[in-house]
Amino acid sequence: MNEGQAIDTHAAKGVKDAGTLLRVHELKVHFPRARQGWGKPPEVVRAVDGVSLEAARGSALAVVGESGSGKTTAALAVMRLAPITSGQIHLGDTDLGALEGDALRAARRRLQIIFQDPFSSLNPRQRAGDAVRAPLDLMNVGSDAQRRERVAELFQQVGLRPEQQQLFPHQFSGGQRQRINIARALATKPELVVCDEPVSALDVAIRAQILNLLKRLQRELGLTYLFISHDMAVVEHLCDDIAVMYLGQIVERAPRKPFFGNPLHPYSVALMSAVPTVHGGRTRAAQRIKLSGDPPSPIAPPPGCRFAGRCPVAEPACSAELPPLREVMPGHWVRCRRIAVVDGVAQPILRVQAH
Amino acid sequence: MARESKQPLLTVQDLRVEFRTRRGAAMVLNGVDFQLRGGETLCVVGESGCGKSMTALALLRLIPSPPGRIVGGRVDFQGEDLVRASEARMREVRGDRISMIFQEPMTSLNPVFTVGDQIGETLRLHAKLDARAARERSIEMLRSVGIPAPERRVDEYPHQLSGGMRQRVMIAMALACRPDVLIADEPTTALDVTVQAQIFDLLRALQAERGTAILLITHDMGAVAEMADRVMVMYAGRVIEQGSVEQVLRAPSHPYTQGLIECLPELGSSQIDEAAELAEISGVVPSLWELGQGCAFRERCPYAMPRCASEVPPMFDVGHGHGAACWLRVDTQVSAT
Repeated sequence: MNEGQAIDTHAAKGVKDAGTLLRVHELKVHFPRARQGWGKPPEVVRAVDGVSLEAARGSALAVVGESGSGKTTAALAVMRLAPITSGQIHLGDTDLGALEGDALRAARRRLQIIFQDPFSSLNPRQRAGDAVRAPLDLMNVGSDAQRRERVAELFQQVGLRPEQQQLFPHQFSGGQRQRINIARALATKPELVVCDEPVSALDVAIRAQILNLLKRLQRELGLTYLFISHDMAVVEHLCDDIAVMYLGQIVERAPRKPFFGNPLHPYSVALMSAVPTVHGGRTRAAQRIKLSGDPPSPIAPPPGCRFAGRCPVAEPACSAELPPLREVMPGHWVRCRRIAVVDGVAQPILRVQAH
Repeated sequence: MARESKQPLLTVQDLRVEFRTRRGAAMVLNGVDFQLRGGETLCVVGESGCGKSMTALALLRLIPSPPGRIVGGRVDFQGEDLVRASEARMREVRGDRISMIFQEPMTSLNPVFTVGDQIGETLRLHAKLDARAARERSIEMLRSVGIPAPERRVDEYPHQLSGGMRQRVMIAMALACRPDVLIADEPTTALDVTVQAQIFDLLRALQAERGTAILLITHDMGAVAEMADRVMVMYAGRVIEQGSVEQVLRAPSHPYTQGLIECLPELGSSQIDEAAELAEISGVVPSLWELGQGCAFRERCPYAMPRCASEVPPMFDVGHGHGAACWLRVDTQVSAT
């Protein structure tokens, strides 16, 4: 718990360097279930099953996927809010997975989270100013006057008026509450901010305000975002790198432009084609790649490719063996055995209609 | 489109709903007019609190009362005014001629009855089927909404089904009596996009087959583009723009509609420009208790004029049945930005 050290790390990253801030290696989060009957072995829910990620300092890394894909569990594990079964998580040079007690508490200054639901993530009996101040009190940052000054600065940064510090959460709209959540997350000057679907619960008109705010704060403060979302359009707007998860595993990983320009994994393509767009309308809907059924259970994932059962281009061999995540073009990784590389260009097996 | 008939099936005129609370009275619906024709899909769009769901509930006379009350207007449906119909008559209409799918498939099914019991209840009540026939029809309905192994699923409880399956069950239940009007209140908001796509395909297919008129409530402009024949945009209890889907999405004529479309991040942005800011609609929806005179959108409107603060703009025709309630359109023709 060294005050000077925390400030130094923050000052040092004022300059945006290209170094890697977050490194997740082969992360597994398994939840045991009770025995389902006499003599049966206990079952295990494989929520996150071998995920590796890297986020460069000052960048935004998106983890996209549908409900049950393990994206939120992975984010919670990074925050050390979900138990890590195996694997390593590094924040800079710190091995987050190995920290316990006071050391973990000190490290938490460097990583914070913004939750999805702006209604349940604020204490209804706590004034907005106190909510934003709470992390400073808990982590013993600065003197009383410094804390007060910091809260005022944060309110201004997120676009709230100073007198609103005195109000209670129910006196704010959804968008304003999310601003309070953002201010609270930024209080300890974190390096990494995990955003768990920060705009999903907001009205369309308010979404744009919050997305612009997140983008501005990232630019001004040099923040690194781990952005969890199911909304492809939001992710494309905000994030530099994309990782697509399906049933606890990453199926595709690439920078923004190649990913959206040339999505390779059939699941990524289907996910993208499922998004209704204003310009696409019915034409797009008619050309959609249809997925049948629901994802299989993470308790007993099928052998082989986990998407094979719903994949429109699956072959028998797909179900036989789990394909590795391989780099088919520089920086573009995909877990599909049907992607061929011709003259250095990866060829998608399925295509989404372009606009 | 050929499958729509010209004759309106449902005509809503000047519908007004008032909420009385300790803070006083607020008009939750303030003179809502629209028509729904047989076989068409009308999308109702707007932010939370604009009156989309209240409109749906008012049609079925399901406004929570107190505090809510229908204080004026008509809902003409097949020759009768539903606002003045008896409660007994409404019970015959609900679930039979007009049915509704709610947003949350998790909470709108009863957890202690099987899926078959719940679909069958509608059929026994309205179609007067006996238990055996109701069960057979339930299986048939489950099959028509694309649930695999319906003979087995019919005896399962809601917790045994996924979110998408539950919403399919809700649709099966709503369509069991072949209603003329299906009201769908954000039916896919709680679902994943790939499942949403399946549900939209299903609704379109069932509509083409049965000619059901759909009133689809949504806040997703993409869903509107995909599903709607016609669109009405609501703001603070009023309809502020209405027209065909092409008119409203290609040439939005109310500043609020323009803002709603422009503030959306669209797929494909990474291929065109780098890191552009999204357009914003500043401010928040005003409280219905503090509307005062004039246009409710004026505080957030980039084009507000003195007149906007004193008079509520009526619906102006900007061409071919496309209407916008904005003083900018008082003497202009369609001018899209």
